[in-house]
Amino acid sequence: MSFIAKPKIAHPGLPKNELGLTRRDYEGGMSTLCAGCGHDSITAAIIEACWQMSMRPEQLVKLSGIGCSSKTTAYFVGGGHGFNSVHGRMPSIATGAIAANKDLHYIGVSGDGDTLSIGFGQFAHAMRRNLNMLYIVENNGVYGLTKGQFSASADIGSKAKKGEENLQPPIDPVLAALTLGGTFVARSFSGDKEQLVPLIIAGLKHRGFALIDVLSPCVTFNDHEGSTKSYEFVRDHYDEVVHADFVPPAREITAQYAQGDTMPVTMHDGSRILLRKLDPSYDPTHRGQAFNYLRDKLAQNEYVTGLIYIDEKSPDFHEVSGTTALPVNQLPFAKLTPGSKGLEKILSRYR
Amino acid sequence: MQPTDTANPDYYHRVVDCQWACPAHTDVPEYIRLIAQGQFTAAYLVNRESNVFPGILGRVCDRPCEPACRRGRVEAEPVAICRLKRVAADHRDDVRPYLPKAPAQKNGKRVACIGAGPASLTVANDLMPLGYEVTIFEKWHTPGGLMRTNIPSFRLPEQVLAEEIGYIVDLGVDLRLGSPVSSMKQLLATGEFDAVFVGSGAPKGKDLNLPGRKDPGAAAHIHIGIDWLESVAFGHVKNIGRRVLIIGVGNTAMDCCRSSLRLGADDVKVMARKPRGFFKASEWELEDAEAENVEIVVNHAPKSFVIEAGRLTGMLFDVMEYDLDANGRITAERVAGEKFFACDDVILAIGQENAFPWIENDLGIEFDQWHVPKVDQTTFQSTRPDVFFGGDAAFGPKNIIWAVAHGHQAAISVHKYCQDQDVTQRLPPTLNLSSRKMGLHEWAYKNDYNPLERRLMPHVDLKERFKKINIEVELGFTAEQAAAEVQRCLNCDVQTVFDARLCIECDACIDICPVDCLTMTPNGAEAELRQRLKAPSLRATQPLFVSAPLQHTARVMVKDEDVCVHCGLCAERCPTAAWDMQKSKIRIPYASDETTPCSTQPAQTRRTA
Repeated sequence: MSFIAKPKIAHPGLPKNELGLTRRDYEGGMSTLCAGCGHDSITAAIIEACWQMSMRPEQLVKLSGIGCSSKTTAYFVGGGHGFNSVHGRMPSIATGAIAANKDLHYIGVSGDGDTLSIGFGQFAHAMRRNLNMLYIVENNGVYGLTKGQFSASADIGSKAKKGEENLQPPIDPVLAALTLGGTFVARSFSGDKEQLVPLIIAGLKHRGFALIDVLSPCVTFNDHEGSTKSYEFVRDHYDEVVHADFVPPAREITAQYAQGDTMPVTMHDGSRILLRKLDPSYDPTHRGQAFNYLRDKLAQNEYVTGLIYIDEKSPDFHEVSGTTALPVNQLPFAKLTPGSKGLEKILSRYR
Repeated sequence: MQPTDTANPDYYHRVVDCQWACPAHTDVPEYIRLIAQGQFTAAYLVNRESNVFPGILGRVCDRPCEPACRRGRVEAEPVAICRLKRVAADHRDDVRPYLPKAPAQKNGKRVACIGAGPASLTVANDLMPLGYEVTIFEKWHTPGGLMRTNIPSFRLPEQVLAEEIGYIVDLGVDLRLGSPVSSMKQLLATGEFDAVFVGSGAPKGKDLNLPGRKDPGAAAHIHIGIDWLESVAFGHVKNIGRRVLIIGVGNTAMDCCRSSLRLGADDVKVMARKPRGFFKASEWELEDAEAENVEIVVNHAPKSFVIEAGRLTGMLFDVMEYDLDANGRITAERVAGEKFFACDDVILAIGQENAFPWIENDLGIEFDQWHVPKVDQTTFQSTRPDVFFGGDAAFGPKNIIWAVAHGHQAAISVHKYCQDQDVTQRLPPTLNLSSRKMGLHEWAYKNDYNPLERRLMPHVDLKERFKKINIEVELGFTAEQAAAEVQRCLNCDVQTVFDARLCIECDACIDICPVDCLTMTPNGAEAELRQRLKAPSLRATQPLFVSAPLQHTARVMVKDEDVCVHCGLCAERCPTAAWDMQKSKIRIPYASDETTPCSTQPAQTRRTA
């Protein structure tokens, strides 16, 4: 970690977004993570994405659980709302918040421990309900905060810093999401912002639960030879299958985009993402094919990255649950409380 | 692009903008840090090594360093470098014990310097410690050259001049005052000297031959700027008319108008031919003059002197109009009318030239068509091998700091010439780097970015300052101001040094850099690469740092040095120490660095506190 706060001074030519804000205006507090942590790069990618979207900082809700990853919500968009919940219970908090106010953007930041061990049940149900949120798993394969034990995402044969091998099979959050009905499933790498930033934007625009599993090397406990989540290993075993480019509503899809194996997908707010298929045979809207493709590649030790599966048609949590269109805090008092007569009526249903 | 060759001393030298811009390459960040530590004597000596006259230059330097200062690009105002130099000079203890001394046993070589200005004094300063016997011929009864005669004492007090000139003369220089050299031929014919250095300045002020100039009634009231300042400096002129017109708008004009105010004038106008932006005077000198209620009248070209009843009553001017293009350049000019300005005196400050009526043309010293001596730009040698030129005498009017820089180089040449060495074989500048890392999170320099604004120089009250001509207007920074101003320096000499072999491409440095000067990207041609930087490249003149290909992806690390604030966060955030903060020390060779032993005793030079 560093002890020097980033000075407020900025490059005089820094571009501004539609709100007149620069990237620097989307920063948060000083990171206390290890120098070189992948999580800090993901933080930078989130900052870039929120800036590019011209999001008003107060429109963002940042949710997290416990772990190195869950600290990072303090490091971006200082003007947003935040809730740092109990270990593994961030999806419950998210469910409540989303139910109460559908006008805001929700980012949940979690780790492999918070998601795949203690919080696996909550993770599965958030996906099943298709909560309208972006859920980022900062996946490094170790419990960094407790000095580097293998996590549930550590691969068989991956070596710990002191040499012992992991013998238990991993839970792959992407495969899990495909089987659990996830409607936006992606994998990326903290060291590839060109891929990650548009994915974050697309995930925030997606109607429903967007999962991005981000391989994020732990520079202190899992960046050595024998690790399958080190910077070097990930770079060597990195297989981008579908690249997502976000196209702002105002911009036409130009000929440059239309060439080759590209596929525009319209998001529910009218904006589009353009999928560039690097493997022409791959269909990111076919859940079964996606699952098999990933399984095959995993057997070859390849991390498939990019926008792996997308389904913009399935109903989200709001549609299924009939949540209020107006945020709860904007509803008139009379509508929020049934009154004594109304309460009487409700209670009588249970007599 | 090819990986940047950081072994070339110029690369890191250029990053230290102030030092690169200074003709004498004064180690500015180093002396500012010493001031911050309260080590004024050491700060003074760092200055003196390169610029010889810190107390003088701390007041009247033309400060090429300040427009170059990176702080001016990051914010609006550069660090007050010049004023801090004065802080070091004002608060130093006795520096004499630390100054070089001349050996008792001389090396048998004798050098004549003509004119006791900054160039000649620098030559003496560099050669005396090596055992040379240096004789300076000065036409006036006091040394200093234009520093003495042309810079008014309300800007540069006499005692400051005397002290710093004294340090050099006290080395044992044979200073012959009141001894103008009237014939170079005679001087050379004496055979007394092994080499001659001409540092006689550019003492001839330009005249303005307009109708009425030669009228006998007007002559006494039309003055040539530098001659007039000289007369004021020596007390020959003690007053001037109430209404004064100054023709020209350079720094000499500023000195003339402000001197006039102190000699009885109360209506002083500086007449400029062109609009603002074309003035030759430094911005701060214009400000100081205007603060004293001098009016600067633009777009008036002098036409004639008006003489009535045998007396100068004023001047007639053409009122000019200019067309400017998008870059602010003049594309057309025309006369829109004429206007009369009444006055009692006129001072012409329209430039000066060097003049050598005392150098005979059969000596092998060649001059070009404008009567400027042919002088080598590097060695300062004339076409006659034993005669060297420097300061304004060499390439026309510049500033004191240039004269000092010339003096250092000429001293090397004189030394090499006297030792029968090739004057063109000179030592190159060198650069050393040493890490500032003290511990995991400790750096041996203050790297907090301090958002303070530039401090303003306190001045003597407007009423007080006109009482006497020698009341110094600038009071110097207070202790609080100096303590604040030093914190504005960005420590540009603490370089960000990158080792591509150690980088694991984790992006940490790129994410943390407050001014977005780092980019990791596939390599490309420079013009195209500049388009792909994380923040726009604002100055193509500032070279990019491009690393060797990185281990994992063969991309390159690119750094746009332009607005780097040297906060060290890239190095602080780097998990593998691929980035390190290393202090660069640029060594500019002086005569004393040349290897040939010149004396049986070791020369005492370059001692620092």
